[in-house]
Amino acid sequence: MNDEKKGKLALYWAASCGGCEIAVLAINEKILEVSAAFDIVFWPVAIDAKVHDVQQMKDGEIDVCLFNGSIRTSEQEYMANLLRKKSKVLVAFGSCAMEGCIPGLANVNDRRSIFRTVYHDTPSTENPDHVEPRPVTRVPEGELHLPVFYDTVRTLCQTVPVDYYLPGCPPEAERIWDAITAIVSGRLPPPGSVLGADTTVCQECKRVRQEKKIKRFYRTWEIVPDEETCLLEQGILCCGIATRAGCGAKCPQVNSPCIGCYGPNEGVHDYGAKLMAALASMIDSDDPEEIDRIIREGIPDPVGSFYRFSLAGSLLRRGRLPHREDGESRPVGAEVSPAQA
Amino acid sequence: MSDPTPQQMHSTFNPRVVAFMCNWCSYTASDLAGTARIKYSPYARIVRVMCSGRVDPTLVLKAFALGADGVMIAGCHPGDCHYVEQNYKTIRSVTMLRFFLEKMGIDKDRLRLVWASAAEGQYLAESIDQFVADVRQMGPLNWSANWEEAERPTDDWEELARDTACVEVPV
Repeated sequence: MNDEKKGKLALYWAASCGGCEIAVLAINEKILEVSAAFDIVFWPVAIDAKVHDVQQMKDGEIDVCLFNGSIRTSEQEYMANLLRKKSKVLVAFGSCAMEGCIPGLANVNDRRSIFRTVYHDTPSTENPDHVEPRPVTRVPEGELHLPVFYDTVRTLCQTVPVDYYLPGCPPEAERIWDAITAIVSGRLPPPGSVLGADTTVCQECKRVRQEKKIKRFYRTWEIVPDEETCLLEQGILCCGIATRAGCGAKCPQVNSPCIGCYGPNEGVHDYGAKLMAALASMIDSDDPEEIDRIIREGIPDPVGSFYRFSLAGSLLRRGRLPHREDGESRPVGAEVSPAQA
Repeated sequence: MSDPTPQQMHSTFNPRVVAFMCNWCSYTASDLAGTARIKYSPYARIVRVMCSGRVDPTLVLKAFALGADGVMIAGCHPGDCHYVEQNYKTIRSVTMLRFFLEKMGIDKDRLRLVWASAAEGQYLAESIDQFVADVRQMGPLNWSANWEEAERPTDDWEELARDTACVEVPV
């Protein structure tokens, strides 16, 4: 293919684990077809191009940017803005960029409590000088700069406008390939769409489903599940009922409940709310006290269970910030020392 | 409106309360309160829904996210549901929501479930007044303030770009 006609592709990672980068390579030899269609102009994990090179580009010069990771620091926010400006099509690639994912769970805490744990309280930390990262440090030679660590993890689309979303933690290789071929062929849905299925994991799950009545929830280590019956019917909190299809129901097939990495189904704004709505119709009790007991004993961590992958992208986005002074009691995660209050 | 309590008189804060009411009982009760000229707090914005069971948790969370200080769900008494058993689902979803709100740092009493039959106009009006007074005591929620960053480097991205540019190591 003539190089002149090749598109330009950029890949970037922000607050993420790197799994999405590996997922790109999981398309195996098809990566050669990607490189036949695109010049990869920026991909910090794989090629030696610098931010400086992106800054030199004309606006809209990059045809497609696959952006994984959520936005936790000012540097990531800057890169999101920069790549938005330089890219024609910006894809929120993977759960972190789309809905915050695991990094977004830190939204039950704030910067202060995270720094306290990471730089002071963990048993393996020795930090007698109480050193913490600061945006600006003055040394004899001048000023040193570090990115600002924000209180709240944000999704990509809460930071800059996003054209397409590719769900999954990480997205499955087949879905990545579907998305790439859609982009190359130009057969794309309207901007703002999720490139994926519009059914739920239950649709792909081969387990036998009957009426769902749950008397108690079991955590995965409390029960050896039957291999044929729906996990949710056995009392295991399987999130497949609220989760977008696309993974092939891999987890339930090996006796492990769906934890919801593919995010909300088409048209759903708040993943956890839909999961709560679904569970509300399954709990087999009409007695308010018993209902309360079933929920509190079976789902001790509702934020982590209902929003494991989507807290940052949810309607409330985060837990209450402890230092906001409006008379409300301390939040969440709230095993915080009094000194911090 | 009923006589202001001492709390009300000392406060200029008028809470924003969203009240979802079921078509068959509670909304009819509020209608009855109206025709009977029973006064109740104007700070509850009533949204008529076909059933309290129709109040998806999304609606409650959206109300809080958009600035509600309290959310009230009112429906038929258990056993009297027009759709047989949907208000039992309301009990379950509200229980789950209250547990979740608690963990998110929102006072769980900002979400209240009330049963009021079509004949209980007086009771419904009192429940609204009571809830508005309780929310007033809890103070403003102002949830979106939690999203603001106390510290931002600069809004001037060009300046940050210059910072990034000087990281280049001369060869």
